[in-house]
Amino acid sequence: MIELKNISKTFKVARRNAGFREALGALFRRNYTYIQALRDISFTIKDGEMVGYIGPNGAGKSSTIKIMSGILYPDSGECIIDGLVPYRNRREHVRNIGVVFGQRSQLWWDVPVIDSLELLKDIYDIDERVYKNNLEELVELLNLGEIIRTPARQLSFGQRMRCEIAASFFHNPRILFLDEPTIGLDAVSKIAVREFIKKMNREKKTTVILTTHDMQDIEAIAERILLIGRGQILYDGSLSELKTRNSKKKTITLEYDGSGRFSPCDGIALVSRVDGHAVFEVDTSVVSVQEAIKVISQYADIKDLSVTGASIDEIVVSLYEELKI
Amino acid sequence: MKKYISFFRIRFINGLQYRIAAYAGVATQFAWGFMEILIFKAFYKENPHGFPMEFSQLASYVWLQQAFLALFMLWMYDNDIFLSITSGNVAYELARPLDLYNMWFTKNLAVRLSRAVLRCVPVLAVAVLLPEPYGIAPPVSLFGFFMFIISMILAFLCLVALSMLVYISAFYTLSPMGVRMVAATLTEFLTGSIIPLPFFPEKIVKIISFTPFAFMQNIPFRIYSGNIAGSEMLWGILMQLFWVIALVSAGRLWMARAVKKVVVQGG
Amino acid sequence: MKLYFRYLSIHVKSQMQYKTSFFMTVLGQFITSLSAFLSIYFLMSRFYTVKDFSYNEVLLCFATVLMAFSLAECFARGFDTFSGMIGNGEFDRIMVRPRNEIFQVLASRIELTRAGRFLQAVIVFIYAIPTSGITWTFGKILTLMLMIISGMVIFSGLFLIYAALCFFTTEGLEFMNIFTDGGREFGRYPLSIYGEEILKFFTYVVPLALFQYYPLLYLTGRSENIMYMFFPVIGFLFILPCYFIWRIGVRHYKSTGS
Repeated sequence: MIELKNISKTFKVARRNAGFREALGALFRRNYTYIQALRDISFTIKDGEMVGYIGPNGAGKSSTIKIMSGILYPDSGECIIDGLVPYRNRREHVRNIGVVFGQRSQLWWDVPVIDSLELLKDIYDIDERVYKNNLEELVELLNLGEIIRTPARQLSFGQRMRCEIAASFFHNPRILFLDEPTIGLDAVSKIAVREFIKKMNREKKTTVILTTHDMQDIEAIAERILLIGRGQILYDGSLSELKTRNSKKKTITLEYDGSGRFSPCDGIALVSRVDGHAVFEVDTSVVSVQEAIKVISQYADIKDLSVTGASIDEIVVSLYEELKI
Repeated sequence: MKKYISFFRIRFINGLQYRIAAYAGVATQFAWGFMEILIFKAFYKENPHGFPMEFSQLASYVWLQQAFLALFMLWMYDNDIFLSITSGNVAYELARPLDLYNMWFTKNLAVRLSRAVLRCVPVLAVAVLLPEPYGIAPPVSLFGFFMFIISMILAFLCLVALSMLVYISAFYTLSPMGVRMVAATLTEFLTGSIIPLPFFPEKIVKIISFTPFAFMQNIPFRIYSGNIAGSEMLWGILMQLFWVIALVSAGRLWMARAVKKVVVQGG
Repeated sequence: MKLYFRYLSIHVKSQMQYKTSFFMTVLGQFITSLSAFLSIYFLMSRFYTVKDFSYNEVLLCFATVLMAFSLAECFARGFDTFSGMIGNGEFDRIMVRPRNEIFQVLASRIELTRAGRFLQAVIVFIYAIPTSGITWTFGKILTLMLMIISGMVIFSGLFLIYAALCFFTTEGLEFMNIFTDGGREFGRYPLSIYGEEILKFFTYVVPLALFQYYPLLYLTGRSENIMYMFFPVIGFLFILPCYFIWRIGVRHYKSTGS
């Protein structure tokens, strides 16, 4: 179980100036600004939960993850994971966690993947039998059979990512931190990775914390969302709740004939209009979809029409706006 | 031509940005120069007559070398060029309306010059203040100083032309690390960076004088201190000119062939 | 440890992928140290002795320092290239593994190309040992070995300090070169030739003289002081302050992030 209580962290950042005189001055006197990355963060994550940790860049996501991995000390507050304080009992704690960085690889570049895995086996002191079992299972689940003897350098990005993810599960971590795990992957690999993570969570009850900007990832994997902005937790709840909360907006996409001059109307906003193709946003708390269609059809001959609810990306963006982050 | 000048300017100004690192590096260079002079001092004490030049001339040589390190050290390669060759990105550079050889040549000139400008002033400032004969002596004569400048320019061009050859060789190898290293270490030794060429046995110096190595920093530094003068000086400068032309022509020819290979293979 | 050997085998496999580059680098290393040797040869053939040390004695000194440095570079290279490790997040990855960080940094880079310098040292030793005119008793052989090992430890300690400083800043650390590369280059000659003050500095602050100079005095018979034989062992202690600085660095890294 992960427990964070009142975690705060401030960074001292030296200000670099352009210009010769300032640079010379900087040799003798440094100007610092203080950035409060985390303000009183508290949350609890139970075993086996799958949580999406989202927020705009610079909000404090990676700082929180670093504290939970044990790489960073907080200025104040408490963090206890499975009875250990991560940054105090680094080696013990780290044995139980797995980390996947989307953009950086933990596999050795020039040797076959299987060699990297064997090295991991020794680093984590994995029992031989457990290792063999996991190997078989992971190879099958992620379809690694053909690529496991190839050097990482020669694999495609998708193949490498699958190996990365497999590598992070070898030592049966109880908690898995995923940072942008599907970035740059093709659609097929993305789905494979998501399914795999869900399966591991089901079978091994691994707690998963997913940091990503890819909302489809969140939708596929996470039931719970933690939204961090400007160093504070601004939303902590389920994904479905988030969706219903913001389902007031609907989008009407339309193909039409005619002049296409639409007069403004309450609750109906024209988002874009190009050559017979228009997109409207309807605020359903003001006017229903039916009424909106009626109004629009007064101005144009509708050839084709579709109504969609806001995508998860739009929901999140509007949430950011609402919370002013 | 104008394109190259503006290209040069951009790179030069860019290079000047790295001030802080430069000033920190000056302390290092000063320490190196200092220690080198001490080694030679120990030998000088053994036998002043065995010294092929005045001690003060040697000190000048050492300080000039430290001050203008960026101009003459082959190992200060431009890594970007190697990367662009090995990754194939050089294809994009070929698509630009600039001659590749000239572009890289100009780039190297600008980067090295900006580094040298940053470092030489503090090093020389300290060297001037040191007591004789450990510091840098003033130039022997106005004419000598003038020739020194010319010789420096030629030596610099010569070195960059040599480095171009190393870059071009990268078109032919998967990983240029090895060639880079061998070229740099050989050049360092044969041009007199480790110990000045006059300290080498005569026979060896004779052999080296058939290569461009004898005509890089060896000539200008010794012109400055008056160790080389008169007809020897003129010969040295002429040879420098010769080698610059030779290396640049060889480089251009070779590059044309290497580029053809790239275009045919498709990177 | 078995784990270290596994790392080693991966490094060997990995470097063998680039055979030509590997051998070229070894060659380059060899040429560098050859130039260092030749510079000694040229100078000594002109001057015969320097501060009373003969050509052979200088060679012994040179070979010791070269071998110690090449060993340190080969095994402690991870610290030498540490600034890159912080920059690309590799150190974070190390922190997320359940093993000692120093061990992991050491194991992350084992550069066998340093064999170039090592080879040069071996060759010089092969020449210098028999021609030095020293009677090689058991004690003297032990001294030489201690000198080399101690040198390796001290150079590694200097790399460790460099790496620790990287936690605080990645700029302006060039000056460390004065002690590592500088130690190698200027350590070619017995440190006494630079004068009293410098010798003192390299005895008490950066103890290069403890493995290169004092035991050399004993080896060459200039001094009968048996204690000099154990100076290299005192040199081992240098690693303690280096380790201490490292720990401070790690602490700093953990409290300020990257």
